[in-house]
Amino acid sequence: MRRYATAAALVLALAFPLAAPESYYLSFASRIFVYALAATSLNLALGYGGMISFGHAAFVGTGAYVSSIFLAEGVASAWIGWPAAVAAAALAALVIGAVSLRTRGVYFIMITLAFAQMMYFLVNSMKAYGGDEGLTLPARASAGLGVDLGSDAVFYYVALAALACAVYGLHRLAHSRFGRVIQAIRENEARAEAIGFPVYRLKLACFVIAGAAGGLAGVLLASHGKYVNPNVLHWTQSGTLMVMVILGGVGRLWGGAVGATAYLGLEDLVANHRVEWIASVFPNYQQHASLGVGAVLLAIVLFAPQGIAGAFARGRRA
Amino acid sequence: MLELSNVSKRFGGVVATDGVALDVRRGEVHALIGPNGAGKTTLIAQIAGDLSCDSGAIMFEGADVTRAPQHERVRSGLARSYQITSIFRRFSVLDNLALAVQARSGSSFSFWRPVAAEPALANEARALAAQIGLAGREEAGAATLAHGEQRALEVGLALATRPKLVLLDEPLAGMGPEESQAMIALVERVRSEVAVLLVEHDMDAVFRLADRVSVLVSGRVIATGLPAAIRADAGVRKAYLGESAAA
Amino acid sequence: MSWVLILEQTLNGLQFGLMLFLLAAGLTLVFGIMDMINLAHGSLYMLGAFLAAALVQATGSFVLGVLLAVPATAVLGMLLEMSVLRTLYARDHLSQVLATFALILILNEAVRIVWGPDVPLTMPAALSGPVELLPGLFYPSYRLLIIGVGAAVALLLYVLVAHTRVGMLVRAGASNREMALAMGVDVRRLFTLLFGVGTGLCAVAGALLGPLLAVQVGMGENILILAFVVIVIGGIGSIRGALVGAVLVGLVDTIGRAFLPLFFGLFFQPRVASAAGPAIASVLAYVLMVAVLYYRPRGLFPARG
Repeated sequence: MRRYATAAALVLALAFPLAAPESYYLSFASRIFVYALAATSLNLALGYGGMISFGHAAFVGTGAYVSSIFLAEGVASAWIGWPAAVAAAALAALVIGAVSLRTRGVYFIMITLAFAQMMYFLVNSMKAYGGDEGLTLPARASAGLGVDLGSDAVFYYVALAALACAVYGLHRLAHSRFGRVIQAIRENEARAEAIGFPVYRLKLACFVIAGAAGGLAGVLLASHGKYVNPNVLHWTQSGTLMVMVILGGVGRLWGGAVGATAYLGLEDLVANHRVEWIASVFPNYQQHASLGVGAVLLAIVLFAPQGIAGAFARGRRA
Repeated sequence: MLELSNVSKRFGGVVATDGVALDVRRGEVHALIGPNGAGKTTLIAQIAGDLSCDSGAIMFEGADVTRAPQHERVRSGLARSYQITSIFRRFSVLDNLALAVQARSGSSFSFWRPVAAEPALANEARALAAQIGLAGREEAGAATLAHGEQRALEVGLALATRPKLVLLDEPLAGMGPEESQAMIALVERVRSEVAVLLVEHDMDAVFRLADRVSVLVSGRVIATGLPAAIRADAGVRKAYLGESAAA
Repeated sequence: MSWVLILEQTLNGLQFGLMLFLLAAGLTLVFGIMDMINLAHGSLYMLGAFLAAALVQATGSFVLGVLLAVPATAVLGMLLEMSVLRTLYARDHLSQVLATFALILILNEAVRIVWGPDVPLTMPAALSGPVELLPGLFYPSYRLLIIGVGAAVALLLYVLVAHTRVGMLVRAGASNREMALAMGVDVRRLFTLLFGVGTGLCAVAGALLGPLLAVQVGMGENILILAFVVIVIGGIGSIRGALVGAVLVGLVDTIGRAFLPLFFGLFFQPRVASAAGPAIASVLAYVLMVAVLYYRPRGLFPARG
């Protein structure tokens, strides 16, 4: 059943640009794919690995900034800039993870958050690359081979491809030896160590993979809007990604994708499609959409922690 | 095989382990007994690597493992089971055991190949399930098992790592008479393949299984010897005064 | 660089630190005793500031406005605890993080709807002038008031926690929750009361810092992170730790921001110094936290043994 649903979704996604060639929808869909990728990468660390990292935005931001800096410095080829950015994100994850994973519980949350904030402030002070105003790019990177990333339709397919690879990769990973262990570690870390798994190294590997994938999402994010600013690194962005993951279903394969779609879809719906009967009671409701987001998130956490994509019941202590 | 010398550990003002000297020989079942609060679990934790000792040395198979991380000790053949059941509750019995098999066979840094493509893991896990008396319960979720079954799985996880020496921390804890007999039979079955350091309160089991017995009181080993000798030892009797030798 | 400047910045650091302490004290108790990560703590601080601004405007008196705002915010905090937060005590940390993050979103928007994105809060005219502490050292009297209030609250908390029955229950709860529960402490009322006190402290900080830092939506998020850094440094569950940690962070942050760029300017070119200085100054508090955790993984004064 799942196979058919996935296949159908893929066919629809592939056909979409042909049916709706307007820039706005293509662009919006691309944005969903990019956030879906970011949320899926967080889902690996958080949902599968059980690591509550409040600093994931740092890796997305690293990918975004490094790729943008390459462009700003005149290196137009995506074949250079993009892998470099992903590698930078992976490196950041390696360093941050190596230090943070020595800690547990709230200390881990705090340290990941601290590192993310450090990067945020660092980037904020880089006047050469826009500082707090951000960096606008004249054009997207060039991929050569007759592929024009500047075209919205082409970018759409690139983003879709990246997301598809990520979800498939997560699927393979979840069923692999590594995936088994990581989920076991999430379940009972002490016992995993006690039966002979090198837990620290395994968690670090998971963290780095998640960081690298997040970096790729960042690359696409910056490329999509041809703009990047320090807010992409702020801890509240990590929070937004977490919201997407829990909305979609923590630890579920499609959790990130479903959550991103639901979140962004809802956000767009509220902002751009005025519902008259709500407006009659509450005239400015569209400007206060985040109240609704907060209320929905709270409701989900309190009453439906499984999220949309399926059943996931977390036990007592993280 | 296992040799502890002068192992000590304190928590703030409390001395949990006080210069313990202990050894376990190849092929023996060595029981560790003592009144509540003597520090038996703390000692087991230090041998296994859950806790670090403040001073002293732990030698296993001739190698100094005092500072070795837990997973390395397991890899070299030193495994433990827990007094308070610590299993992977959301996994099935089979998956629990397969995990332990996976840990000792090959690298887990394999990201692509599905575990299902490795029938050897599941086969060995099935054999283990039979050995610990859980044949037929392989697909059951670990959380749904009865207490006795969970304790069996608890021990099974330690045995699945194919240890040379296994530390069993009160495997009979909370068990009724039938389940206890099954657990004792299990230890009898495996003693030919693996040395055992057995912490137990159940004196019936201790005197049936043990080749040698050590007595731990307030963090110190006050006596080590053959079961009959220990039973007759005046100092040991004094330590247990007021404690009924409950079966 | 004069001694006057150094003393001035030190006093500023102390002042900021004491206000951080007010936030951290409530946070560390909630975390230490109820084992709950409350990201909405900063929003309560914001609420306190907004209520103070509104009440000051309504009553025309700074003192009266602030004095009314504190219990009002505390009541709102307790209502929040009884309705939503109570259900989170039993949940895992991730759920707590997400639920309280949701509360931040809700409270931010709610405040924006009621009062708009920001409201003015000016310090009382009587305190807007400087005081001469030492010959040549003039210091704003308002900031002195903050230091005074902060120190007084710290003393009050110390007395409460160390010398009263309630304080003893709190300390027992922080060091061993299960034991305290087993001894029959009326947990629900204690928790609600505790939460109310924590919220009240937030409100004091919010109201007092309002004139200095601007009362605006979102003011809670930035200071919340610093408050968490403080309690991690100080040790979760420890009021003493919160005080030491807060003063440390306040001093490091303030003095760092004031002098690091100058310091860098001595060794590096102006372009580098002016970029690197502020960047590194803003992360000093985090670096301090990482350093403390390296040597003392449970913080400086962990409440639990």
